[in-house]
Amino acid sequence: MSETEAADARRIAAEARGRVRFEEEALGLADQVYRVARRLVGTREEAEELVQDTYIRAFRSWSSYTPGTNMRAWLLRILTNLNLDRGRKIQRTPDLQPLEEGDYFLANKLAAAEGEQALDQERVVEKLSQDNIVSALSELPHDFRDVVVLVDIGEFSYADAAQILDVPMGTVMSRLHRGRRILKQKLAQESLA
Amino acid sequence: MTDHDPGCERCEELLQGYLDRDLAPEEVVVAEGHLDGCDYCRRRYRFEERLRRYIRVSASERIPVGLRQKLAELRDERPAF
Repeated sequence: MSETEAADARRIAAEARGRVRFEEEALGLADQVYRVARRLVGTREEAEELVQDTYIRAFRSWSSYTPGTNMRAWLLRILTNLNLDRGRKIQRTPDLQPLEEGDYFLANKLAAAEGEQALDQERVVEKLSQDNIVSALSELPHDFRDVVVLVDIGEFSYADAAQILDVPMGTVMSRLHRGRRILKQKLAQESLA
Repeated sequence: MTDHDPGCERCEELLQGYLDRDLAPEEVVVAEGHLDGCDYCRRRYRFEERLRRYIRVSASERIPVGLRQKLAELRDERPAF
């Protein structure tokens, strides 16, 4: 083997090792990727398909990932772009009129229904069933849901969410705050209906 | 105190940033100073913190075993070097 051939062989071997490392790391994040995907789309089937498509694209374009950077955010960027490509209409963000209800809205409603002391008890939160939460999340307008799901379910930072969705960080914060308020309004409607 | 107290209104405005650990140090002082003396706001902060945790847990579904397997198999379909 000539020196050039030996150098080529070493390069190919190093690349193969890098690729395997990438794949192992990406597969290790599948649970977290699925958890976010499941709340971004309506059904389990759609979520499974979206995650599969994300991994197909990720495995194909693995060389565009910079080792040592945030792979979870990189995968979610692919996933949210694919979700848009899949025909989800880009929704105009609803007019940002101030909501009448503040951040204490749900707590105030529950306190009015159950008494102030009840707010200290875990069971007040448990009055909201898992179904209430899932359905309230699914009813959020897409722009708000994306941010709430990334930050509150996926536990991404504001900065990561901004990078994933390709919007300024101020937009992430305003959508997040408003999205959480809308969520609490819906939870109040459902749980106190 | 009541929710009409200006201190409570300010505390409510700071709630999300406080729980997200995204307040400036002087805002943290304002929020914590008010929370120290206000049972009404303290209950609401605790409630909100529990609510967030509960939302995360309630809305988290584990990945189906079959999907994990399918993803692992995708590696075998990759193009050769």
